[in-house]
Amino acid sequence: MNRENLVNFILAVLLLAVPFAANMAGQPFYVTLATRVAILALAATGLNLALGLGGLVSFGHAAFFGIGGYVAGILATHSFSGEPLLFGLSGTNQMWVIWIVAVLLAGLLGLAIGAISLRTSGVYFIMITLAFAQMVYYFAVSWPAYGGEDGLSILVRNQFPGVMTMRPLGFFLICYVVLLVGIGLFALIRASRFGNALQAARQNEVRVATVGIQPYRIRLTGFAISAMMTGLAGALFADLNRFVSPSMLSWHMSGELIVLIVLGGTGRLFGPLAGAALYVAFEYALGGITERWQFFLGLILLVVVLFARGGLLGLLAGKARHG
Amino acid sequence: MTVALALEQLLNGLQLGVMLFLMAAGLTLIFGVMGLINLAHGSLYMVGAFACAAVAAWTGSFWIGLIASLVAAAAAGAIVELVVIRRLYDRDHLDQVLATFALILMFSEGTRWLFGSFPLYLDIPPLLQGAVTLPGGTQYPVYRLAIIAAGAIVAIGLYMLISKTRLGMRIRAGESDREMIGALGVDIRTLYTVVFALGAALAGFAGAMVGALQSVQVGMGEPVLILAFVVIVIGGIGSIKGALLGALLVGVTDTMGRFLLPQIFAFFAPPAQAGMIGGAVASMLIYIVMAVILAVKPRGLFPAAHA
Repeated sequence: MNRENLVNFILAVLLLAVPFAANMAGQPFYVTLATRVAILALAATGLNLALGLGGLVSFGHAAFFGIGGYVAGILATHSFSGEPLLFGLSGTNQMWVIWIVAVLLAGLLGLAIGAISLRTSGVYFIMITLAFAQMVYYFAVSWPAYGGEDGLSILVRNQFPGVMTMRPLGFFLICYVVLLVGIGLFALIRASRFGNALQAARQNEVRVATVGIQPYRIRLTGFAISAMMTGLAGALFADLNRFVSPSMLSWHMSGELIVLIVLGGTGRLFGPLAGAALYVAFEYALGGITERWQFFLGLILLVVVLFARGGLLGLLAGKARHG
Repeated sequence: MTVALALEQLLNGLQLGVMLFLMAAGLTLIFGVMGLINLAHGSLYMVGAFACAAVAAWTGSFWIGLIASLVAAAAAGAIVELVVIRRLYDRDHLDQVLATFALILMFSEGTRWLFGSFPLYLDIPPLLQGAVTLPGGTQYPVYRLAIIAAGAIVAIGLYMLISKTRLGMRIRAGESDREMIGALGVDIRTLYTVVFALGAALAGFAGAMVGALQSVQVGMGEPVLILAFVVIVIGGIGSIKGALLGALLVGVTDTMGRFLLPQIFAFFAPPAQAGMIGGAVASMLIYIVMAVILAVKPRGLFPAAHA
């Protein structure tokens, strides 16, 4: 087992151990923190597909995260009120149905946004993804049917067969398993022919085109899959907070997702998890010391970007092999 | 719908466009010359507004506040460039995005630290209070007309600066070949600091002018920043001409969309629903326009020659 695998393994075990210990010590708050880490890590793993493998700096992944959240919120609301949703279909409070819908919708949105944004590259791409996410954001703010600016509450956390989802530990376990599946999927994609083409398109677009692969299609597929995973995380996030609001769609959220990846280590398998754990720990520790924690978060982030490239995993597990 | 009301909305759109131009000009200049994407540009806008409000409250004069806003934003820009930004020129866009995102967090929280969480208010100077009567009989505030005029003057000034002066010549040279002008003996590092401070001053000026229309608060720069991004993407990044036309297009489209769309939808739907759908579509309209333009011209309307 090389050093990176060892670090990854320890991270995965720690994330599982902390909530169990906290639960036994009667501190459910830490279980919720760990759940937050797992969900943010999943969202960032999704983004890492586009950003880390494909080199697509999407500043608009909050759109997918928020869509997932709103799917959970809207379906749960309709299930609760009994009003039909569309074409006589009713809402649902079954998580797995919500997940499927969230993944499909986020994927469709990813295809639409990607199809236009991927015609451009570099700074244009960053700004356009940002602008599209803002478009979704403003739509959510100005559409009053589902709470508009005030957001939408989910009265009772959605159900999953065989798990008491209202118990913090039960819900954590769901999120943990989904995160591991997500990370596994990332590893599979990275090692696959498709993943190789996606990484090659980042490294040298012309060569990829020369061997007969269209970079645009590869990237669009990667972008859509990335959107799907982030959308799924959004659905879980809404269930964690039992609340969804336009803030999930805001550009700060997109920024945070990028921050998570870079804090952890760009393109690394467990980078998003390391980054999310670090971020939530910062947020919690600094938030306990000072009200001005965002200032210090900014400072730390600045130092990491300027001087400590490679993130936490770069520090713990050494440089990434070129992949 | 009367013609007078439409004229009023058109002027509001122009005013928004002019303000967006001041923001977008700085962004596009900084990108064109240094190849840097600066998310913290909205923070400089906020710095200008806060400086103007604080100094105006202290001295009782809006005009001194306006000068203070230029000085404060330019100084903040120069300091940020010297300490942080100049380390980012050789980095990829991801690093630039992150570092300037970190700067936003620091600026926002720092401002909240200094001024507290409550918004400040900035009064319109007595000289520009009151309203004029537009053809058609509606009253229109003088101050908004003054903003349009100020923006037009700055646009002309910027054009003169860039096309007629030695500094402008260097800026243009920096855009087309920065190694070459360095080799010709121009102090490129100072030039970068000057360009950054110039862009910052434009943003601060815009912030101060708008500060008298809205409340001056933390986070006020962010919506404007994103609109300015839309503007320079539409106009073509690096092009001042594109920024001007993009800004006017976005300003007028946004304002007229919010005004007209609910009325257009009223032909098909009951009034309450028409207002809702119209409002929702209007809030997305400029992004739709952007998407259409990019689908046709992926590099914007006036793509800069390089970049």
